[in-house]
Amino acid sequence: MSADFLYGIEVIINGLMAGVLYALVALGFVLIFKASGIFNYAQGVMALFAALTLVGVMEGQVPFSHVINAVFGTEIHHFGWEVPALLAIFVTLMVMVLFAWLVQQLVFRHLVGQEPIILFMATIGLAYFLEGVGDLMWGSEIKTLALGLPQGGSLVVEDWTAGLGGDDFYGFFIDKLDMVATLVAIVLVAGLIGFAQYTKQGRAMRAVADDHQAALSVGISLNFIWVLVWSLAGLVALVAGVMWGAKSGVQFSLSLIALKALPVLMLGGFTSIPGAIVGGLIIGVGEKLFEYMIGPMVGGATENWFAYVLALIFLVFRPQGLFGEKIIERV
Amino acid sequence: MLDEGYVTADGRQIGGVMMDMRGITLRFGGVEAIKNISFDIREGEIRAIIGPNGAGKSSMLNVISGFYNPQEGEVWFHGKRRPPMKPFQVARQGIARTFQNIALFEGMTVLDNVMTGRLTQMKSGMLAQAIWKGKAEREETANREVVEKIIDFLEIQAIRKTPVGRLPYGLKKRVELARALAAEPKLLLLDEPMAGMNVEEKEDMSRFILDVNDEFGTTIALIEHDMGVVMDLSDRVVVMDYGRKIGDGTPDEVRNNQEVIDAYLGVAHD
Repeated sequence: MSADFLYGIEVIINGLMAGVLYALVALGFVLIFKASGIFNYAQGVMALFAALTLVGVMEGQVPFSHVINAVFGTEIHHFGWEVPALLAIFVTLMVMVLFAWLVQQLVFRHLVGQEPIILFMATIGLAYFLEGVGDLMWGSEIKTLALGLPQGGSLVVEDWTAGLGGDDFYGFFIDKLDMVATLVAIVLVAGLIGFAQYTKQGRAMRAVADDHQAALSVGISLNFIWVLVWSLAGLVALVAGVMWGAKSGVQFSLSLIALKALPVLMLGGFTSIPGAIVGGLIIGVGEKLFEYMIGPMVGGATENWFAYVLALIFLVFRPQGLFGEKIIERV
Repeated sequence: MLDEGYVTADGRQIGGVMMDMRGITLRFGGVEAIKNISFDIREGEIRAIIGPNGAGKSSMLNVISGFYNPQEGEVWFHGKRRPPMKPFQVARQGIARTFQNIALFEGMTVLDNVMTGRLTQMKSGMLAQAIWKGKAEREETANREVVEKIIDFLEIQAIRKTPVGRLPYGLKKRVELARALAAEPKLLLLDEPMAGMNVEEKEDMSRFILDVNDEFGTTIALIEHDMGVVMDLSDRVVVMDYGRKIGDGTPDEVRNNQEVIDAYLGVAHD
């Protein structure tokens, strides 16, 4: 096999792994949008906030220490203990559930039945608010997330595949963190699908996504389901935040991963879970392959715009996305 | 009322008062949709609410099912005054309903739709459900049995696995009834169960309503336009017009009520 061909395959594998993470972020959007018709602009900031909280809890940072010190003239910053990773993840998850509950009780509960654009504006406000709260709670410096996840290229894969090509081929370069992230994302996605299909709450969730009135009439509390989907979106945000944060540090730019989810949603449809997964994979592979093949001809950096151009083309020919519900105007 | 009910013309024993509406007034802004209406629904009976378009029938049903909360008046259920409630809380008290414009989960299969009707009956916690062992599993099996019985009863076995969105109107109505029955309700509310049906479908639906009442002993309150159907089906009838109650009694009493005749034949209101 020629080295070029093998490098092409390597690009596709890396693309698929990036795609799984895109899919995960997109899934956070789909969950909330399906159940409540809210396009949650704050999803990216939720990932940032979850990662910040995780780092803060692990390092035993005192939340709001700047505020506390400023008001009481104290000098406390740390509790002086370190929390093991698993416990810290659990605590962070509880914080995300609390956040979900607060968002529902304080904001969206009062906006039931409003225009989609108003709900969207509310989530923009929520995004900036949450960003501020994150800074206030944990400080705004860049943090490293030391979960002990493996980093760097996998030597095993490299050695194992090096013999495939000729002398020009040195084996596949696959990042170990990407492999872990892919695995975690697959487990999470499978878990979410299982939850939606086979549990009482999952069935109720699908019912609410389908018809609010009917859901009420069979005894489902819409409020409860909305807290549930915001909590699940919080879980998804936590996982996405951990994976991205482990890669490039926990900092503001983490919240921009939400922008990667937009083209995925346009491709896959805003209401489809399989669509988010397939859309994520297509964008992941597409942008890596495009960069590999066309990139050198146009001076590179195509990954910044390729996904959006692809999404635009889709918007023209298939506005409901690959799997989205078809929009039929009743006259 | 402390009396112990009555016996119908066809010999069925009707029990005490189950649902008691006392002085209900419902306003939308300045418009009074329901004006100071009182009536009761008794254990085991088929109670109809009839009246011309815009009389406030659907509003009344929405008050009973908690979709609207009246500004004045009291709702008494099983001898207790019911505080203002959300629709899902009313459903959990054992009151199931269908809708005039059909509210089904279009993306789900018939079986899944009817299964959602069992949600109020499921007790297992989220964790047990997730692990899917023991109690949760037995509960799921028991629920499936009830649901399959209802599906047989309403003769929709053939379409069990069909997504509801693909079904014709008449069958959708029947699936909606199946979902309401799956909750094993004490009181079943039907909002125009025969609207838009042809004669044959109407006959089927009438038979199902009578069978449900007969076989499960379910108390039924229904709204209907078709006078002939109502008179055949129901034990007692409430007649509404412009938000007021103008008649209440057996089909024969109501039929001979001058005010009811006027409302239906269109005598000028002053």
